[in-house]
Amino acid sequence: MTLIELPWRTPAIVDSVEDRGPQDSIARRLRELGFVNGEEVEIVAKGPLGAEPLLVQVGFTRFALRRSEAARIRLRNGAAA
Amino acid sequence: MSAADASTLRLALVGNPNCGKTALFNQLTGSRQKVANYAGVTVERKEGRLHSVASGRSYAVLDLPGAYSLHAASLDEAVTRDVCRGFYPGETAPDVLVCVVDATNLRLHLRFALEVRELGKPMILAVNMMDAAQRRGIAIDLAALERELGVPVVETVAVRHGGARALVETIDAMAAQPHEPRARLAEGADLHAETRRLLALAVAMPTRTAKVDDALDRWLLHPVFGLVALIVVMFLIFQAVYAWATPLMDLIEAGTGAVGEWVGGALPEGPLNSLLVDGIIAGVGGVIVFLPQILILFAFILALEESGYLPRAAFLLDRMMASAGLSGRSFIPLLSSFACAIPGIMATRSIQDPRDRLATILVAPLMTCSARLPVYALLIGAFVPQKQIGVFNQQGLVLFGLYAAGILSALLVSWVMKKWRRDKSEHPLLLELPSYRIPHPRDLLIGLWERAMIFLKRVGGIILALTVLLWVLLSFPAAPADAVGPAIDYSFAGRIGHAMAVFFAPLGFNWQICIALIPGMAAREVAVSSLATVYALSAADDDAAAQALTPLISDGWSLATALSLLVWYIYAPMCISTLATIKRETNSWKQMGYATLYLFALAYAASLVTYQVARALGAG
Repeated sequence: MTLIELPWRTPAIVDSVEDRGPQDSIARRLRELGFVNGEEVEIVAKGPLGAEPLLVQVGFTRFALRRSEAARIRLRNGAAA
Repeated sequence: MSAADASTLRLALVGNPNCGKTALFNQLTGSRQKVANYAGVTVERKEGRLHSVASGRSYAVLDLPGAYSLHAASLDEAVTRDVCRGFYPGETAPDVLVCVVDATNLRLHLRFALEVRELGKPMILAVNMMDAAQRRGIAIDLAALERELGVPVVETVAVRHGGARALVETIDAMAAQPHEPRARLAEGADLHAETRRLLALAVAMPTRTAKVDDALDRWLLHPVFGLVALIVVMFLIFQAVYAWATPLMDLIEAGTGAVGEWVGGALPEGPLNSLLVDGIIAGVGGVIVFLPQILILFAFILALEESGYLPRAAFLLDRMMASAGLSGRSFIPLLSSFACAIPGIMATRSIQDPRDRLATILVAPLMTCSARLPVYALLIGAFVPQKQIGVFNQQGLVLFGLYAAGILSALLVSWVMKKWRRDKSEHPLLLELPSYRIPHPRDLLIGLWERAMIFLKRVGGIILALTVLLWVLLSFPAAPADAVGPAIDYSFAGRIGHAMAVFFAPLGFNWQICIALIPGMAAREVAVSSLATVYALSAADDDAAAQALTPLISDGWSLATALSLLVWYIYAPMCISTLATIKRETNSWKQMGYATLYLFALAYAASLVTYQVARALGAG
């Protein structure tokens, strides 16, 4: 399951960030921002049009991610914190 | 690089965006700041001086752009990386790095601090916003952090008087005995794992988020209430810009009028008198009059930015702006462009994606800047009757329509650019929504002061020079003794105006308008004072010259001409300062050429259509 399939306000644990092609700078930046294995994430808000962007809580911080960015983030199966 | 002598220790403040670094910089350096650009790029370079009362030492402090990582993803981050490493051409490497972290956001910020520590330079960790952390019940064991990190760790409260005292003491100690970090990670170690270890060891956090943030975000990011709130905020800002600024603007106008009269009376009649009164005082005064509006708009933008609301607005608008080929991040620069496109274009530096940044730069001039307002005000006042339509004022509606036309054109232009772009790869958003904060008055004042200075320097330089030049063009050569008709017909400007009028005739512009377009290139607002000068100098007798401009043009111009000129100013490509800024920011003559060409083409086409349609409908 990826982050875009995660229901609103349901905590989950990050498994990994998937690279889209070589030198995926977006994937690298996501990891730098804390989307790494074992980190708890939660979707706290969605944009007014087409549920984009997603507002994602990771660590102590909130990031607005577009759906294509969030789709790179794979979650651990069934493991809610 | 700077005036600092070799013995002055150089400090650099580094940290994530939103760590309160700039507030700390303001606290350390007060008003002893110098704002410029880094050589070769337009990333803002802020340097200040810190004087330690305790040790009597003086330091040069550099406020580096915020960065999430030393693997740079934007121009700002690349500057921070290179300066920290001492690679930036023309910059002396800093002696001590002061890494600033937000005490309430250590999971993110400590990772970056570790990255900075791995550079192996003398470093101090400033744990900022300790007051906010205490309010949230966050307990941080600074001694444990210091031990594990191997660098001095101090707490700071950048927004409280004396909140940086411990930091200054630590800087003094470091200056007396600089040392590299006493701990280092193994090559290739996982910074996230180390961050978690430090957090487990030294930080106790009752909740991951602040209750205030949760509550505010629930409403302000709500799909319906959030958008309503955004519209209300925007509406209030524009109301304030127009309502609050009026008394101040009247005061400035009265002031320049009085100065002009006094100078005019004190000097004998002649060219010098005319240059000072008609040229310099009237010209510069006509521009300074917009300072209140610009400052009020910027006060709001700064307050919204400091409070953390602007990224929320970007969140709400991202999808809409993305479908037009922009990004939510474009919102802040475009909002600033309503004051003036120059700070707006400069604000695009926070947009990481180069394509989004370029698109934003190219459409920023379409936002109705305050310099266009006098032109609109003059024409609407002269041609649109004061009439109530329901609850709305007809003049207000026309003004709103002009603003809306600018915004719609911007969306259209960026959409076309998106369609044309060959590189269709993904544009990231990745925008942090920081905690809400109450802005500190000192930071707002320093920010406003910087804007006012940028604006006044512009007035002092380009605008002053062009006002004088225009006066010369209008006044020389003098008409021959046997001249028939007004003297201005014989001047350089008169001849240029008549020549241009051929090209602009299909748009309904007469030669007086054409002359006013030329100085309008320096700054659009000058067009109004130029029209006044042109009509004053071309009047057959003094009575006509003394008349206000409004009745002159409402008698002299057709409605079609007025509408055509209004539409022209929606696009108005002729603002040299904006074009110069585009050149500087994109570092490309080509992009500047594109901007000039497309704005000019749009302006000409739209005015042509407006004039011809209006004439066909009987407004000619």
